Amino acid sequence: MDQVQDIISNDHALLSKFEEHVQAGEAVEPRDWMPEAYRKHLIRQISQHAHSEVIGMQPEGNWITRAPSLRAKQILLAKIQDEGGHGLYLYSAAETLGITRTEMIEQLHTGKAKYSNIFNYPSLTWADIGAIGWLVDGAAIVNQVSLQRTSYAPYSRAMVRICKEESFHQRQGYEIMAKMMKGTAEQREMAQDAMNRWWWPSLMMFGPHDSDSPHAADAFRWKIKRHTNDELRQKFIDKTVPQAELIGLTVPDPHLKWNDAKGGYDHGEINWEEFKQVINGNGPCNKQRLQHHKQVHDNGAWVREAAEAYKARTNNQSSN
Amino acid sequence: MAHNNQLDSWEVFMQARPGANYIHQGSVHASDRKMALQNARDTYSRRGEGTSIWVVPTNEIAASNPDDSDMFFDPANDKIYRLPTFYTMPEGAKQI
Ligand SMILES: [Fe+2]
Ligand SMILES: [Fe+2]
Repeated sequence: MDQVQDIISNDHALLSKFEEHVQAGEAVEPRDWMPEAYRKHLIRQISQHAHSEVIGMQPEGNWITRAPSLRAKQILLAKIQDEGGHGLYLYSAAETLGITRTEMIEQLHTGKAKYSNIFNYPSLTWADIGAIGWLVDGAAIVNQVSLQRTSYAPYSRAMVRICKEESFHQRQGYEIMAKMMKGTAEQREMAQDAMNRWWWPSLMMFGPHDSDSPHAADAFRWKIKRHTNDELRQKFIDKTVPQAELIGLTVPDPHLKWNDAKGGYDHGEINWEEFKQVINGNGPCNKQRLQHHKQVHDNGAWVREAAEAYKARTNNQSSN
Repeated sequence: MAHNNQLDSWEVFMQARPGANYIHQGSVHASDRKMALQNARDTYSRRGEGTSIWVVPTNEIAASNPDDSDMFFDPANDKIYRLPTFYTMPEGAKQI
């Protein structure tokens, strides 16, 4: 009985030391003591973030072979390769918390781990590649800039690296949109159509209002998160609307209006029912995205096996 | 179920320019040294961020224990005579 008491009070001491440390704005490293709930929260968040980078390669990959010029194709390839890299930085950050990459991929395949909802929408035209780079990467940047100061150091370091690469992503997307808006009537229509389809899902990327967000309190107390979903969404809207206006695109929100008093835009209500439907697997591309990932993963099994076999053989040779 | 091996983990250290320190970047998965170097280059130096890379198997890294860090680093704390500011220089002494 006394022993149990000792363990409990020891845990309490560790927890309050940890929370003091985090409250003081200090970083947490992999070998530091941390509460189990903090570890779990981070594994869920970082692996979901990693899966999003990787699944996000699919809607853009859809257009590599049909890019309208060699320049556009080279840029798109480099952009998608960066996203694969972002996935790798994040998987490696999550691994420092004691989960293996095999487990993370299993969790993705069984549906236990999620990825960003936005990638369950299809990329129907070339203008969608512009809208994705400009709006989707633009929204991701706002979120990731805020996460650069997250309390878990390997996650924060990955975010710093990712943010350095993201501004090229957003610019290449905006350039596509600007070019199309200077083109034929058909091209302008195509760009506006992409804007209409990607605007609302991009706003949903920031997640539900914080009052409806199940893990928000822990995330703030432990400084995993530093800004609310609504704050970040507002920031994104405020910087994106003038960019749309500059190139002649209309934001598909009749309630969008500048509010002088708050120094930002008021906007219409987001369709949270759609958000829920897509999260629960009923978006236009959920099945296709996951099935494609599984298929490529299985098709690549022989490469991993061959690499292992080669390692075993060269190890044998060098020990002879 | 398919064999799901994700290969071994390696820590990556990179030098940003000749003569600089090697700085830890993160990790990669690879089955041997050559693959580890190539993956490290593709993952951490797509924009000329490095001029040289080291890779080390993750399980070969020895790390100090954060719980013991007070004790471990304590011997350094009471030897302030190792710092130049400890010494009194005669008034007017220059370039020292
Ligand atoms: Fe990314
Ligand atoms: Fe990106």
